Amino acid sequence: MQSPQVNMDMQMAWRNVWRNPRRTWLTVGAICFACMVLIFMLSFQFGSYETMINSSVKINTGHLQVQAAGYFDKKNMRRVINDPKPVMQMISAIKQVEAMTVRANTFSLVSSEDRTYGAMIVGIDPAHEPEVSTLKQLIRKGEFLPEKTGSDRALIGSLLARNLKVVIGDELTILGQGKDGSVAASIVTICGIFKSGIDGFDRNTLHIPIKTFQAVYFMDAAVHEIVINANSLHDVAAVKKEIINGLKNIPEGKKLVVMDWDELVPGLTQAIRIDLISGIIFWFLLVLVVAFSILNTFLMAIFERTREFGVMMAIGTTPQRLVKLLLYESNFMTIVGVGLGIIIGCGITGLFQVYGIDMSGASEMLKQYGISGRIYPRLSLITAFAGPVLVWIITIAVAFYPAMKIKKLQPIEAMTHV
Amino acid sequence: MPIVEVKGVDKVYHQGDTAVHALDNIHLSMDAGSFAAIAGPSGSGKTTLLNMIGGLDLPDHGDVIVDGRHFSEMNQSQLAQLRLNRIGFVFQAYNLIPVLSAVENVEYVMLLQGVEKAERRDRAMAMLDEVGLTEKYDNRPAELSGGQQQRVAVARAIVSNPAIVLADEPTANLDSKTGEGLLRIMAEMNERRNVTFIFSTHDKMVMDYAHRLVLLRDGMIDDDRSK
Repeated sequence: MQSPQVNMDMQMAWRNVWRNPRRTWLTVGAICFACMVLIFMLSFQFGSYETMINSSVKINTGHLQVQAAGYFDKKNMRRVINDPKPVMQMISAIKQVEAMTVRANTFSLVSSEDRTYGAMIVGIDPAHEPEVSTLKQLIRKGEFLPEKTGSDRALIGSLLARNLKVVIGDELTILGQGKDGSVAASIVTICGIFKSGIDGFDRNTLHIPIKTFQAVYFMDAAVHEIVINANSLHDVAAVKKEIINGLKNIPEGKKLVVMDWDELVPGLTQAIRIDLISGIIFWFLLVLVVAFSILNTFLMAIFERTREFGVMMAIGTTPQRLVKLLLYESNFMTIVGVGLGIIIGCGITGLFQVYGIDMSGASEMLKQYGISGRIYPRLSLITAFAGPVLVWIITIAVAFYPAMKIKKLQPIEAMTHV
Repeated sequence: MPIVEVKGVDKVYHQGDTAVHALDNIHLSMDAGSFAAIAGPSGSGKTTLLNMIGGLDLPDHGDVIVDGRHFSEMNQSQLAQLRLNRIGFVFQAYNLIPVLSAVENVEYVMLLQGVEKAERRDRAMAMLDEVGLTEKYDNRPAELSGGQQQRVAVARAIVSNPAIVLADEPTANLDSKTGEGLLRIMAEMNERRNVTFIFSTHDKMVMDYAHRLVLLRDGMIDDDRSK
């Protein structure tokens, strides 16, 4: 049970807070604004990271890939998964796996009637690729690859199509090197043109059915990648662990590695890190401004109330009790500001979480990560409370300085203070 | 037995290079139940002497003994405890706590002493009744006249049952009628409760009410007479 003394001290502190309502509201407003901004910024950043990661992995890498050891670094087409079937069977038994598909990649020359360009030829499984990536949804002209085995159809990136001056129905000649070192050549017909918004992807990529790829490049049943999507980003680590364990029981497993999106798209992680660091710097600057506002309020309060403190000390109030009183006052202001900030900040962020923020005019950097539509801030316990708790800690720490000045006051000097 | 003893007290203030002798070898003794005034012109040292007796300021030389406690042997914390439990203060500018009501201001000292809430509220109300502020329990200082505020200050000084009450020019901001009313209340308290009152003043009416008058001049006792 609280002692009656604490109650009266708190009552005094609360009344003191409202002695100068305008100044209190200004300080509370600054704290509230900082919390609102922090909640929104943090939610927006986390939401955009998730959008960036999901957009990027769904266009290209997937959450996880199984590859032959060393393939990721050198892209040597002979480093293959010779028999993907047992690996896929093992993976399909993992409950957090949402979907998977196979891919094969190589670099070849692609020629139209007028021009020749180098391009990454990607063999995909038309039946399962749409379950893993958004490639099918990115088709802007024509249609996706037909599911029938060994079709000679191809999907081409919009920038590559423009460079080669080709349209739907045009033929392209592919010329490269097969897995066995012999010349690989084929003619494919463009059935669809895709546009992801990621220039590098749209400029360099040509997709053909995996069976066609395997036949043209003498791959037999081999593939370069098994691309896996987990149910959510949070499941990735667990799925990776299970696949690593599962590979130990497969004969070819020792030659295979499992990579997650973080390893597959290191640029994305770096971009997120840089953004997060710049965000943190911004938050600290914001909190610093609020801290100075609090400091100013309390220094003014002490200056204005020095005589009063002197009288209180004269009649027997200890300096410690006055320090406690001031700390109550700073806590009350901070609690009101932080409370309002959390309520308003969560309300505004919640609205944007439902309706999203239009990023159609997004910068080139965002486009590189597939963000060209709407970003939805992601409100969570962390985003709702991390910023306000930081504000609370810093404002209380700042309030200590003026409160400690009280300890040095002598009653007689304080009472004669002008 | 004296409740207050001042023994050979000196106090020098420095204003730049100039040393001002606020008190010069003061010897003074007051018995319990005194109703005394320390008077003198401005700068004579009466407020300084009152602050010394109240333990708010310490002498450069000499000692002050209140209720048998030697200030020279006490630290700041012990002095604060002594002020809380044995000394009541009434200031010229009332100096009530502005965010507390009249009854809460009177309660506050008892709160510091650790008196239970119910008891402190009863005693505070009874004390306000004694000084004639029955209708003003819940008024804040800003809602009270100067005389009413000073009566609350007197109630606050008395309520903790102190050995002495020190009043620094208590009537200076009051008109003569209000000032006399306040003095009458303090005189009654002195008689009824045997509380020692020591005033610093240059108000003739206070000097007339006092049973003993100590006159200071240039930091020294010029005259000391009982009536």
